[in-house]
Amino acid sequence: MDFRNYQTENFFDELFRAPGTPRDGAAMLIQKLESLEEGELRERQAAAEQALLRMGITFNVYGDKSGTERIFPFDVIPRIVESADWKVLERGLRQRVYALNLFINDIYHEQKILKDGVVPRELIESATSFRRQCIGLKPPRGIWCHVTGTDLVRHSDGNWYVLEDNLRTPSGVSYVLENRQIMKRTLPLVFEACNVLPVAEYPSKLLDMLHYLAPEHVADPTAAVLTPGVFNSAYFEHSFLAKQMGVELVEGRDLVVADGRVLMRTTKGFEPIHVLYRRIDDDFLDPMAFRPDSLLGVPGLLDVYRAGRIALANAPGTGIADDKVIYAYVPKIIKYYLNEDAIVSNVPTYVCFEPKDRKYVLEHLETLVVKAANESGGYGMLVGPHSTEEQRTEFAKRIEANPRNYIAQPTLSLSRVPVIVDDHFEGRHVDFRPYILYGKDIFVLPGGLTRVALKKGSLVVNSSQGGGSKDTWVLA
Amino acid sequence: MLSRVADSLYWMSRYIERAENVARFLDVNVHMTLDLPMGAVEQWEPLVATTGDDAMFDERYGTSKATRENAIKFLAFDQTNPNSIVSCLRAARENARSVRQFITLEMWEHVNKFYMMVNSSTAPLRAFEAPHDFFGDIMMASHGFLGITDATMSHGEGWNFCHVGRMLERADKTSRLLDVKYFMLLPSVGYVGSPYDDILWSAVLRSTSAFEMYRKAHQQISPDRVVEFLVLDPEFPRAIHHCVIKAEESLRAISGTPGGTFRNQAEQRLGRIRAELDYVQVEEIIRDGLHEFLDDLQDRLNASGQAIFDTFFALRPIDNAGVSKKGSREQ
Repeated sequence: MDFRNYQTENFFDELFRAPGTPRDGAAMLIQKLESLEEGELRERQAAAEQALLRMGITFNVYGDKSGTERIFPFDVIPRIVESADWKVLERGLRQRVYALNLFINDIYHEQKILKDGVVPRELIESATSFRRQCIGLKPPRGIWCHVTGTDLVRHSDGNWYVLEDNLRTPSGVSYVLENRQIMKRTLPLVFEACNVLPVAEYPSKLLDMLHYLAPEHVADPTAAVLTPGVFNSAYFEHSFLAKQMGVELVEGRDLVVADGRVLMRTTKGFEPIHVLYRRIDDDFLDPMAFRPDSLLGVPGLLDVYRAGRIALANAPGTGIADDKVIYAYVPKIIKYYLNEDAIVSNVPTYVCFEPKDRKYVLEHLETLVVKAANESGGYGMLVGPHSTEEQRTEFAKRIEANPRNYIAQPTLSLSRVPVIVDDHFEGRHVDFRPYILYGKDIFVLPGGLTRVALKKGSLVVNSSQGGGSKDTWVLA
Repeated sequence: MLSRVADSLYWMSRYIERAENVARFLDVNVHMTLDLPMGAVEQWEPLVATTGDDAMFDERYGTSKATRENAIKFLAFDQTNPNSIVSCLRAARENARSVRQFITLEMWEHVNKFYMMVNSSTAPLRAFEAPHDFFGDIMMASHGFLGITDATMSHGEGWNFCHVGRMLERADKTSRLLDVKYFMLLPSVGYVGSPYDDILWSAVLRSTSAFEMYRKAHQQISPDRVVEFLVLDPEFPRAIHHCVIKAEESLRAISGTPGGTFRNQAEQRLGRIRAELDYVQVEEIIRDGLHEFLDDLQDRLNASGQAIFDTFFALRPIDNAGVSKKGSREQ
């Protein structure tokens, strides 16, 4: 199998500058792949898929009763990020997370940025992710967004763009670590030749960060991962991370609040917990503070948190910076707090809340992608170029009725990476999610989740809709 | 350790042991019927009775007759029978999945593979066409799990909960098998002294993997000695006495309670069963009625299981039914 007939078709290809000409960082990889014997690569691909099934590296599909677990499809051709490229990205992500943390803290305290009119107050107060319960909250060490999984895409101009920040409970890092394990087993010689930065330190870094947050009077803090349970689609990851860190994996029903502390029920009675890496949404965290009908959380948890006797990662309330309208203001937010320009750009975004933008959006619906502020997974979306007159009229009405709830962006051309299709390679669109930990310092894991739309021509990388993943090799 | 984790370890282990026992019962019965004269009553009904699910079986397959086909179907592959092999393995795997962070990778991969083997679309065909291979694989996979657990998991609290679960399940299954078989076999006067008597009693021993060890201990097969071996032998791994000794040892290892005393109801109940098995003689058991003895033993083993639940797992009763499956949007 070789790349002689591989076409880049005018897209930005992560491995090829032009058909037949690999990028500098990918030259060794391509050479090694082409030197494999005929059929070997496909055999290794099959072996990798078998390994994933045997290891039970699966995700749950809601509403599927019989086979509730599936493997996340995996393609063995890695995506490569060259060193110089990565360094810029790393600086940009650090800058972004640092500024967003300042922003969240400001929003729940002085609200200077609102008083100075940089972000309209009305936007914050009308955001469904704004948590009044968090006003005045002082999270340990002043950190709110401890774990971030920023979604990025690369456009045909070769530049990275941030698509979403994901400051609440981003998932997927377990696939990054497991994909790497599989790659090292599947193509050891190719891997060895390419000088790839390791990702294995993530669990240690995560644990360090969690311990850093523990109440200061506790000498030997106990951390745990809080999961909604085995039915959650990311359950594999919750147990994986708990295991890698060697901490307990707890559910709400394992915990109880007593004497101003959070305790877990053990076979020998109750034992205190000091840090929770919670993978439960704010809404479900504490029925006394948030949704009263939640059975997943721990009644009274937020009071203990306010008293500084337990740390939560991430802090409640961070969703405010995930609002798609607030997202549009992030370059201004960075400028406001750091007096710097954003190193990694936003996708240009029209905010329907602003009259001028709204006018532009309504006039150009057929070329734009319109998104609702608080929806995800493709709901509440209008893809202009693929829409009918009727849909556009409908969306125009919705935008006029509730402009706060809509943004619009130009249609992007996502970059591509080769995947194995039967006996040859074809380009498929990808996005990229690196992971950032904010503890003693800000750590950006040199790697990340490359999601790939395995259907020809598709731009949808979600696992529920034919998406798969690839290992991401950040070169030293 | 977390109560919920201990609970899951206990049941993971119990379900695997249960699957192994059902596989062995089926395997032995298939073999035994090959040796019986044509037209002899096959032993499928007592087999179903052994599992304690005969009422459910009658409801599904009619009271008329248990055949080889429907017994295998019901006991091995019926997804609606919670104690079928496939259901046991699903439950074992679900429990393992919920404590995946606690058990070792090797244990998890083994349970996962084990489940996939039994749940594969070709499994029923194999069970009918090559039952010895198929059920043999299940028993070996269970032994494999035990070995992997012993060799990869620290022999601390978690391991001991696994062990208690396995031992109580095994004691229960041996007692049920003996109870049913003893009364099926005793009245078959026609076979007494015939080669079939040997075949039937050998099958009982084989159903508990006890044939070879019994021969070493007693050579000749006689009903009383078989009962003695399966109930009172302290060393044979599937004998009830042995299982109770080991379960009690594990309970003490968990709580640190010295022998001869107790600190909780689980230790008290199990210790009492053990004390009785330490000193009772087979002649007394037979004289007072084996069925009554085994029935009472099963009740007390169940009560010990309940006490383990109350002591270690159930610090708060939880209603699981209404738990929402959401709670975390995927970002």
